[in-house]
Amino acid sequence: MQIYLPIAEVSVSAILLFGIGGLVGVLSGLFGVGGGFLITPLLFFIGVPPTVAVATGANQVVASSISGVLAHLKRRSVDIRMGIVLLIGGLAGSAAGVWVFNLLSRLGQIDLVVQLTYVVFLGLIGLLMLQESLRAMRRARSGTAPRVKRHHHIWVHNLPLKMKFRTSGLFISVIPPLIVGAAVGVLAAIMGVGGGFIMVPAMIYLLGMPTKVVIGTSLFQIIFVTGFTTFMHALTNQSVDLMLALLLILGGVVGAQVGTRIGARLNAEQLRVLLALLVLVVSARIAADLLLEPSELYSLAKVKQ
Amino acid sequence: MKWLALVVGVLLAWPAAAQEEVISGLSQDRISITANFEGSDLLVYGAVKREAPIPETGVLQVIITLEGPSGPIIVRRKSRELGIWVNTASVEVDNAPSFYAVAATAPLEYILSQTEDLRHKISVVQKIRSVGAPQDILDSLAFTDALIRIRQTEGLYGAAESGTYLKDQTLFNTSFDLPANLVEGNYIARIYLLRNRQVIASNQSTIYVRKVGIERWLYTLAQDQPAAYGALALFLAALAGWAASEAFRRLRR
Repeated sequence: MQIYLPIAEVSVSAILLFGIGGLVGVLSGLFGVGGGFLITPLLFFIGVPPTVAVATGANQVVASSISGVLAHLKRRSVDIRMGIVLLIGGLAGSAAGVWVFNLLSRLGQIDLVVQLTYVVFLGLIGLLMLQESLRAMRRARSGTAPRVKRHHHIWVHNLPLKMKFRTSGLFISVIPPLIVGAAVGVLAAIMGVGGGFIMVPAMIYLLGMPTKVVIGTSLFQIIFVTGFTTFMHALTNQSVDLMLALLLILGGVVGAQVGTRIGARLNAEQLRVLLALLVLVVSARIAADLLLEPSELYSLAKVKQ
Repeated sequence: MKWLALVVGVLLAWPAAAQEEVISGLSQDRISITANFEGSDLLVYGAVKREAPIPETGVLQVIITLEGPSGPIIVRRKSRELGIWVNTASVEVDNAPSFYAVAATAPLEYILSQTEDLRHKISVVQKIRSVGAPQDILDSLAFTDALIRIRQTEGLYGAAESGTYLKDQTLFNTSFDLPANLVEGNYIARIYLLRNRQVIASNQSTIYVRKVGIERWLYTLAQDQPAAYGALALFLAALAGWAASEAFRRLRR
């Protein structure tokens, strides 16, 4: 069943879109990530123009994060105060990101920048995750418990403007969360992702937040950042395709339920290795596009009137 | 003296041109792009109207073209820089149709002279207007070729496979295959009658291609009221997210 997307102005198979949404939903249910990093490149592959893929990807992440954060709110694993600080940085970053995005689209370099950020960030995160989970698996096998350091005292904790974050049990300066929020906001706007896969490690390693509140808090602020990104893209370049977004969201909702059930039967460390491998495969696939000679050297772009 | 020759020429040519006229029809003059639009067929048919017997000079040939709305396009070229493939050169083509198909009774080069092609802009190359290529680009023709090649692979430029069927030098028809990735706008079907590689009569009609229903509504809203459209996108996403979590909770119970 073909469906004509009114903004992308292409006709694609509705089943395929539902399938992509579903696949990403399964992964988000399995691993607790938004899945934006997969949806945007998959949309590129099926011929949706990059600007539409990025803006619509952000819209899909809004839906999946809201669905996720509601569950976390019930478990009280959201640090709302920290979320708001991250958010203030995030909105500023997102506005800057949309501006950069529009500038780069005019220069014709947006595809390159989107692809490069994907290769670099997915590659780095994938490798770090793989290393970390392999180490954990080896440790579990040899039976030695990892050493836990409770309070890292690094330079970020010595900055001014300290604030108390009760849910996280932290008393730190607001400057590092603002910077982390802004950096992720820029990336979210350029890559069309929520940025959870960057936010989560940054919260644990840079801000020293306890793991149990990290995912909920990250989802909480991602809702607003991707919501703002979606709105800005709709406002400045009319590139959000509602028809496309709805199909992806529908697929994602069903997929997330399937994913959570599969997830319950798998071991957490194996899951992490799987996610790391998946992230690396996506990163390698995009890198190959940049490194290998394309079959068509020329490309067409509409001129904005 | 030049103008005199011209007047004489026109007077001499006049009766020949008026001898044969085109009457044409379309299977549809309105094409609606709906949510499940999968492309469409357009049949162009017609007849040659004559007051006199069929002229003996030359064989009658028919060319039918279908042209979509035109606009400027940027063509970019990649080259390898520091090991990766990057867009390094670009040419702005001032005007190129979003869709163009030609159907004829024989290959164009046999039935159409080059001067007539230039005058009536019939072949696809004539349809693409590219004036100012940047000075550092010496091979601007490669860019127009690429534009034609890419649009051909997308099914947007090309020849109608069936060609034009002509019966008894009077009745003709052809059918165009309109792809699913059609852009909305006014499409123009043109019919040219030729003898001795010269156009002797022509005729054109318009087909209105429009998004309708929800497609129309979404597109207009996105363009005219982007703020409301953005808000709607967020509202639907929030609703879907909330509904998913509710459904999930009930299923768990």
